[in-house]
Amino acid sequence: MSATTLYPENEKLLHGESAVFNLYIISALGLFLFLMLLGLTMRVAQSQWIDVSAPLFYQILTMHGAGMVGTVGLATTAIMWFFLKKYVRLHLWAFLTNYILFMLGALTILTAVFIGGYAGMWTFLYPLPVHSVGVWSTNAAAFFMLGYLLIGVGMLVFYLDAAIAIMRVFGNLGRALGLQWLFGGEIDQTHPKTVVASTMVIIANTLGILAGAVVLVMSLINAYYPSATLDALMAKNLIYWFGHMYINATIYMAVIAVYELLPRYSGRPYPISRVFLWAWAVSCVFVIIVFPHHLLMDYAEPRWMAVIGQIVSYGAGFPVFLVTAYGVLTNIYRSHMTWKMPSRLAVLSVYGWAAGIIPAIADGTIRVNEVMHNTQWVPGHFHFYLVLGVLPMILALLYQVIQSRAQPAGDVVGDKLTFPVYILGVLIFSMAFLSAGRASVPRRYAVHIQEWLTYDKAGSIGAVLIVLAMLYFSVRIALGLLRAPGSGRAANTTG
Amino acid sequence: MVFQNEIWLISIIGIGLVTLGFIYVIFQSGRSTDVAASQQAYKTSNVLRRWLFLILLLIFAGISYASLHTFPIPPQHMPLQAKQVVSVIGHQWYWEISATQFEVDTPIEFQVTSADVNHGFAIYGPDGRILIQTQAMPGYTNELLYTFDEPGAYTVRCLEYCGLAHHAMSVVLNVVVASGGHN
Repeated sequence: MSATTLYPENEKLLHGESAVFNLYIISALGLFLFLMLLGLTMRVAQSQWIDVSAPLFYQILTMHGAGMVGTVGLATTAIMWFFLKKYVRLHLWAFLTNYILFMLGALTILTAVFIGGYAGMWTFLYPLPVHSVGVWSTNAAAFFMLGYLLIGVGMLVFYLDAAIAIMRVFGNLGRALGLQWLFGGEIDQTHPKTVVASTMVIIANTLGILAGAVVLVMSLINAYYPSATLDALMAKNLIYWFGHMYINATIYMAVIAVYELLPRYSGRPYPISRVFLWAWAVSCVFVIIVFPHHLLMDYAEPRWMAVIGQIVSYGAGFPVFLVTAYGVLTNIYRSHMTWKMPSRLAVLSVYGWAAGIIPAIADGTIRVNEVMHNTQWVPGHFHFYLVLGVLPMILALLYQVIQSRAQPAGDVVGDKLTFPVYILGVLIFSMAFLSAGRASVPRRYAVHIQEWLTYDKAGSIGAVLIVLAMLYFSVRIALGLLRAPGSGRAANTTG
Repeated sequence: MVFQNEIWLISIIGIGLVTLGFIYVIFQSGRSTDVAASQQAYKTSNVLRRWLFLILLLIFAGISYASLHTFPIPPQHMPLQAKQVVSVIGHQWYWEISATQFEVDTPIEFQVTSADVNHGFAIYGPDGRILIQTQAMPGYTNELLYTFDEPGAYTVRCLEYCGLAHHAMSVVLNVVVASGGHN
């Protein structure tokens, strides 16, 4: 495939495909806005600018966390589907099933939180869901966990369809991952990066979702048969194994958009290489075994697991810095780059990912974790690479799609004005969290003491900018998506 | 320097270097090169990447050795040679602690567990910064060894979300000069 085809014919969506894709994206944008408003509400409440009761604050926090993780998963699945279907035959029913189960799950979680009063956080750490001291009922906790199961089953259906489709074309998942070229042999330059990334995600996140399903089912049994108790440490390991892989899978699905789109704007091929294949193979292993870095302060955890958590956290940085970020910079260096919203957002996203994981890697050090764990340092780094990394990857694809349907296909003034507002907002918002972490401000506190309010107020200002920018992006994209798929320009080229 | 400030500084330097790298390349991206120069740039970038790999490897290996050769978490299955052993039990939403007054320069072993859900046992210094923490988990006892090196009021806060009054779950520890001591 030519690297310089801006709008390839095989990316045009058929009528049914376009409808399902639009469902995914418009739902995700609506949810992002709603959940961002919840986030803003929390920051403003912590700033003591508005009064939010503690029970409501923790409900909002639970909804924000669970909702954001799920919605990022929904939107990035759409990215993977959008590009992967060019190389293998995916079934639309599997993609649609994932959407329906996600929406049912989301509705179930919304009910559990805002009607049932569940506020046990997205991490549902055993035995908190069934130990609320009368704040919420067992049924509300069970409803919340049932929502997760619905979402997980939907994703597994999609992954299963994708895995079968990949194996039909490439033989097995190992070959799709390019393992046959790790130690030698001539690499097939047409082997799609999208297939490599998708395969890695299928392997890792299927394991993660299954781990999540095990602990969810065990927790549900415990909820109604309390004599069937769980080991709290084992449950925590399973929860973080699931949670870590799920959120990381979203980045690996989203980065497909960068691999696919960037060379079209740089006009320079972005070929697959042995270094790239090694990076993804290693990332696949690392993302599966790195989760103990969430349990560094559980001293009862075996020491070797804590060491793995630290070392692998460091190791996981190599593919991001030296392959993805470095590869992007090499690709655009003196390329006579065409800067439009998709390319701007793609480059921004890789910057957000590479810069945002630095405080995360630091926190993976046991000695650092002793003073940073569960402070606002943690939301500082994950908001950095999710809001300045993953979300721009999603927006890059969406701008690509709407520009392919628009005449003329360029940016409008609003795009150019909103783009820096968004960056500024995320930087203020994330740095406020990181600064608060440096000052040992705990995360997940409904009430803040006077000394912490400056960070909260700065974070609130950043959050306002993000919400305003996202409101603009959402309306612009939603209107663009609702154009008829065929109304835009035919395939054309740059470079 | 306060440890949190060191971590902050290192992270900001790292973020700054990544930012500079991106800004430099973005400014260069508008220019174009001929095929020969492009091939030369590609070769140079590969050499540079190998050096970056080695530098990062050395940095991570160095930090790993420095931070792990004396393992930061005390051994959990043997006596910790502390002069005072303190029992800490987390409850929704209060701490049950067998002693709240301590002497400076005295190694203290905190045996931390929970009677109900997960809690986080974090000791904040008089300056409001975290000094050390561990999780309080039902069914497990985490043994934390700490020596207070200056007198004052230290605050224990819960750092693992545990329900409605999580933010209010704190207690003050008083650290005093050792009787007959020099501090």
